[in-house]
Amino acid sequence: MNRCAVIGVGQTRYTTRRRDVSLAGLVREAALRALEDAGLTWKDIDAVVIGKAPDLFEGVMMPEAYLADALGAAGKPMMRVHTAGSVGGSTALAGASLVQGGVHGRVLTVAFEKQSESNATWALSTHLPFSASLVVGAGGYFAPHIREYIRRSGAPDHVGTLVAVKDRRNALRNPYAHLRIPGIDRAMVEATPMLWEPIRYLETCPSSDGACAMVLAAEDRLTGSVPAWVLGAAMRSEPIFRAGRDTVNPRGGRDCAADVYRQAGITDPRREIDVAEVYVPFSWYEPMWLENLGFAPEGEGWKLTESGATALDGDIPWNASGGVLSSNPIGASGMIRFAEAALQVRGMAGEHQVDGARRALGHAYGGGAQFFAMWMVGSDRP
Amino acid sequence: MIPRTRHVLEFPGGYTRTTGPVIGRFLTELRDRRLVGVRTATGRTLVPPLEYDPDTGDAVTGEFVEVGPAGTVESWSWAGSPRAGHPLDRPFAWALIRLDGADTSLLHAVDAGDVRAMRPGLRVRPRWRAERTGRVTDIECFVPEVTAMTASVRVEYTVTPGLALAHFLSGIARGVFLGSRCGSCGKVYVPYRLSCPECGVAVTEEVELPGTGTVTTFAINNLPDPRAPEVPFVSAYVLLDGADIPMIVLIGEIPAHEVREGMRVRAVWAPESGRGPSMDSVRWFAPTGEPDEEV
Repeated sequence: MNRCAVIGVGQTRYTTRRRDVSLAGLVREAALRALEDAGLTWKDIDAVVIGKAPDLFEGVMMPEAYLADALGAAGKPMMRVHTAGSVGGSTALAGASLVQGGVHGRVLTVAFEKQSESNATWALSTHLPFSASLVVGAGGYFAPHIREYIRRSGAPDHVGTLVAVKDRRNALRNPYAHLRIPGIDRAMVEATPMLWEPIRYLETCPSSDGACAMVLAAEDRLTGSVPAWVLGAAMRSEPIFRAGRDTVNPRGGRDCAADVYRQAGITDPRREIDVAEVYVPFSWYEPMWLENLGFAPEGEGWKLTESGATALDGDIPWNASGGVLSSNPIGASGMIRFAEAALQVRGMAGEHQVDGARRALGHAYGGGAQFFAMWMVGSDRP
Repeated sequence: MIPRTRHVLEFPGGYTRTTGPVIGRFLTELRDRRLVGVRTATGRTLVPPLEYDPDTGDAVTGEFVEVGPAGTVESWSWAGSPRAGHPLDRPFAWALIRLDGADTSLLHAVDAGDVRAMRPGLRVRPRWRAERTGRVTDIECFVPEVTAMTASVRVEYTVTPGLALAHFLSGIARGVFLGSRCGSCGKVYVPYRLSCPECGVAVTEEVELPGTGTVTTFAINNLPDPRAPEVPFVSAYVLLDGADIPMIVLIGEIPAHEVREGMRVRAVWAPESGRGPSMDSVRWFAPTGEPDEEV
């Protein structure tokens, strides 16, 4: 397998409504910034891989067809990836695999969402005839699994609040972050109403517009920019309706992490990883994924959160960028995790840089916690 | 009582306003649907134009330049109750508009529809009157530029539930939950299905499940849903007795905060006359009153 590195990252500012740009303008903004970071132009790109969440979110069917030439893909291979909320991550991985497989030398990956064009909760709750389920949006789906985690682990109620505060404090250091709440504290989070109990309003992610892009390159196609080397990459999925499926600690996530750690030579993730950007759209998913990704034994993820280990000044910062809780252009959210991991090991994360970060994990999940995509990037050539 | 009466003071035929060469040029161009400003000696473009530079008192250059027609709102005030003399008969904004290419701003009306549409920086364009006479009212008002449109996307199609779900729903229509048991792993799935997601084999054994079960976990929803308009409502995973996979159902007949993991529940069916091959036939699940199960 050929070595692959991130040589350019571009993000738009994430916000409730980007009324000043079209879909094409939005993705171009991120893509051009990634190209600029890499010191490249459209003509230097061999192929484009684009990802976004369900088409019903914007009501544009197969937007990749219309966005091809907006992304300089005329006459080049272009494909679209769709794996629900994990799509930003799997889009990056599909792009990386084209480089690792020796098919292309430089690949542009782009992911986006313009949530303000409609309403994601509506799009996720279409109530098709004959459907036997009763779920209201993503929060309605995930709330029971969070409740089950709290029951199993015996975690105290305030752990979710701690994550909500920590990630929003981190967001204040990230100029691209959507939710920026000066003075955010536990009292502020706890004063907000329960939307889908046990999930409070400020324990959920916002609805954002935005796009994220990366330029991935083979070793012989690097430019002058600092590379983030891909040390391990994996995707897993599992059937949503499988008797005995553990929805709190899904096997797909555990297997995916194990695969990435094996490739990257990681045996103790908490000690050997310097920073992690993990898909946490509801605050309680931090302790849940701490366990699922092997940073803590089962039932003890919340202790890591409570001890401050995952804070920016902790020993294993999670979501230094503010995470999905602070910015959620759904289709892009996974790629932002991957891109922020790359920025950390490139030493380019600005005010939310974790000093000396050499190995970073990027993670995304989607659907009913059934699709997983992860990569490990590092500052040292593998 | 002090007497009151109406009185009109109006110069017959109206006053004459001589425009002078500069404003006259502006109004003449306006009649031809063009907007022009005049250059000052310091290189600024005044719109509307003046015969003199208001900053220095010097005469302007006499060079006219076309500006606009688009411009940017610099400041505005909302006229929520328009009066008889106002340019529009519906709520509108008075705005200072800097036309593209101008260095000063023009006061005019903006037909924005809603006060929430107004903001400094709003891009606007003139709406011209069909009949123009060389007055500033040749522009009826300014209107925001087009920045968004509504796309009505509607798909209407025929939906079939598929063989397995149709079979399950035929059971629902007669008040029973149909499941199926995998011959390989022995797991019982509900709703009824034709293959095992674990083993990947066809499933042929049908199982009729009782309408009783145990809540494994749940959410208390404070956002209403068309199928549960009253909030809070509880959506719960219920493991039917004999099944190996829970179904998401609505919980009723108990206050939301009294629902528990492990609570025993039973299906409450719609009256037989209202039953059909639809989950609407199950009104909700209600507590049985039995002791909670260990979860």
